[in-house]
Amino acid sequence: MSRHTLSVLVENKPGVLARVSSLFSRRGFNIESLAVGPTENSEVSRMTIVVAVEGLPLEQVTKQLNKLINVLKIVELPADAAVQRELMLIKLRADAGARTQIISIVEMFRARIIDVSPESVTVEATGTSDKLEALTRLLEPYGVREIVQSGMVALGRGPRSITSSANRTD
Amino acid sequence: MTQARTPTGRRSAHPAAPSGSSVAPPTVQPSAQPGPHAAGAARTAPVSEAAADSRRPVERLTGAASVVRSLEAAGAEVVFGIPGGAVLPVYDPLMDSTKLRHVLVRHEQGAGHAATGYAQASGRVGVCMATSGPGATNLVTPIADANMDSVPLVAITGQVGRPLIGTDGFQEADICGITMPITKHNFLVTDAREIPETIARAFHLASTGRPGPVLVDIPKDILQSDTTFAWPQDIQLPGYRPNLRPHSGQITAAAKLITTARRPVLYVGGGVIKAGAHLELLQLAELTGIPVVTTLMARGAFPDSHVQHLGMPGMHGTVAAVAGLQRSDLIVALGARFDDRVTGQLSSFATGATIIHADIDPAEIGKNRAVDVPIVGDALEVIRELIVAIRAEQAAGAVADLTAWWSDLDQLRGSFPLGYDWPADGTLAPQYVIERLGAIAGPDAIYAAGVGQHQMWAAQFIKYEKPRTWLNSGGLGTMGYAVPAAMGAKMGRPGATVWAIDGDGCFQMTNQELATCAIEGIPIKVAVINNGNLGMVRQWQTLFYGERYSNTDLGTHKHRIPDFVMLAEALGCEGLRCESREDVDRTIEAAMAINDRPVVVDFTVGKDAQVWPMVAAGAGNDQIMAARDIRPLFDEE
Repeated sequence: MSRHTLSVLVENKPGVLARVSSLFSRRGFNIESLAVGPTENSEVSRMTIVVAVEGLPLEQVTKQLNKLINVLKIVELPADAAVQRELMLIKLRADAGARTQIISIVEMFRARIIDVSPESVTVEATGTSDKLEALTRLLEPYGVREIVQSGMVALGRGPRSITSSANRTD
Repeated sequence: MTQARTPTGRRSAHPAAPSGSSVAPPTVQPSAQPGPHAAGAARTAPVSEAAADSRRPVERLTGAASVVRSLEAAGAEVVFGIPGGAVLPVYDPLMDSTKLRHVLVRHEQGAGHAATGYAQASGRVGVCMATSGPGATNLVTPIADANMDSVPLVAITGQVGRPLIGTDGFQEADICGITMPITKHNFLVTDAREIPETIARAFHLASTGRPGPVLVDIPKDILQSDTTFAWPQDIQLPGYRPNLRPHSGQITAAAKLITTARRPVLYVGGGVIKAGAHLELLQLAELTGIPVVTTLMARGAFPDSHVQHLGMPGMHGTVAAVAGLQRSDLIVALGARFDDRVTGQLSSFATGATIIHADIDPAEIGKNRAVDVPIVGDALEVIRELIVAIRAEQAAGAVADLTAWWSDLDQLRGSFPLGYDWPADGTLAPQYVIERLGAIAGPDAIYAAGVGQHQMWAAQFIKYEKPRTWLNSGGLGTMGYAVPAAMGAKMGRPGATVWAIDGDGCFQMTNQELATCAIEGIPIKVAVINNGNLGMVRQWQTLFYGERYSNTDLGTHKHRIPDFVMLAEALGCEGLRCESREDVDRTIEAAMAINDRPVVVDFTVGKDAQVWPMVAAGAGNDQIMAARDIRPLFDEE
């Protein structure tokens, strides 16, 4: 199994997310992550779906997705030709003693501390899943209270845009 | 044979029926006029304000009236449905419509299958209507059925008012959520002004590209609100652009393979009928001399009488059709989808064949079987372009010699023709009944089957010559399909004789629609192939479960419960029974002569008849058994 990142432009209508996610589950495709949000066009939303499949099933995934009436366009973004980011918030047990060490790790990863209390700090980090994994590993010894992580979002490298031809479905 | 004469009680069922005469048989509505406006004379209501306004470009009306106007504008003639609380507002303006005939069914499943039967027989979009909650959920089976068999269907459902949505209100069901995986698309209308556009989109989606069911769910408060009506000039669906024209490069590649293959087969599916491409198919077949197989969904796409027709492939297909595909070096799939009932075990299906796969749905291509030449397009356009390209190849000298191939196939055809044995216990052979029915009713009649043994025999032993004369539930395998589908077919093609061929199990699932047929004046004919059992299940118990018959005896023989003749009469139909070979033709002819009301014939047949040939589930097609323990292909190799 290999991971593939699909960027999917959909009409911004109620129920679209349900249509996409139910398609994946009923066809037996496994979603690793899914992120959805608005685009520069208020009528269009963009989903970034990371799916673990082989080559031939991947073709089925995109063909079946294309059959959904609300799906406008699907582009696969290969890892080497796209920038990919995930967002993670991680809340740590951190008394005054541990805080300095945590701050130095956070700085190394170009992450930020966004909330502090006498017993905890909350760190915000963005990056690829590898980077976030490495950060988590280093912070774990201090005592993780909570982690929340977004799905991956991605854009192709270079000047080209997939939304400029959003009215095409091929 | 017993012929039961009708009681007089039925006359009261219809106030418009003539009274007083004791000899006049027509008890029920307009005989042989099941078409859209047969009941028009009964409508005396004055033309409504809304209808009078219809000449203006924009009119004010209720959401409910907008639904009726939209259905009219979309070209619907018949709506099968049942009113209920949430959809009730639509039924008021519907009463005044002169363009729409509503057929009041007895169960929403009947409405759905009637709409699909109407669509499959006529080629037009079938329409059904139901109320919220249980009304809508009763449509789920026919919607799933239409989705599997790519039947154009529009289902209109009432929904609880918007303030109640999400509160578990009375008769609330999230029918859009429920039908999401079994519709081509569905809509929840949230603004009354969107009703015309939504219904226009629904009809467009249902009938274009790969056809399918579309559901439109409309909350009651929207139906009751005041709005305007304007039929959209064009349909905006930016994410929907079916590809009809095939890629010319692929057509050329296909033509080269077709003209050079040594053992080619045209594997024809239901898409050819849906595209109206049967004449072009005939042309293609005769141009190339290639053998043709027609799937369960494609019976009638190519004349059974044609010498190049090998019959139906698949689990219960002919030996020649199954072997033809297995041994071919080129399969040209046209509007077919390599269903598991056709391929058997996929890994051993036609291992030596190059595959050309033409389908309007790109997702079908390569879904089950890897494809060498994929062609996305409408079957009509594909076949037309193939003919042109093949002529060009032939003109350039490429003509394949298929003599050896045909001699192999003819030998198989000769050695293993379709056939059946008469039961040893002296009972009536069900295959004989169906064969005679096909011979007497002929190729212009429409045949709608349920699901099971009788369906397979009807696919095997009736000779289909024309498209849209064979209706069945192929993909979903819905028992109970036949009676309501026949009713819908008769509405769509009032001039045709329509036979439902049903089993005693299937018939008990949806026979309530015979009351609809009797009262609405839809004189269908039903042949109940009554073997007293869930026959196909029983066949599997015989073959694979050591003859342990768990829960397959329905008691329709043993106890004669129900008595189908009495049941037919109770439902306002003529009821006939036939129990012996001598009576078969006579009974069929008697049924054919009755056209003023529906007829049910209880053909009491033996329970041990089996469907052959057969490829056991999960087995490879080389393991096809022409009859029990006879493996024609396996033995040779």
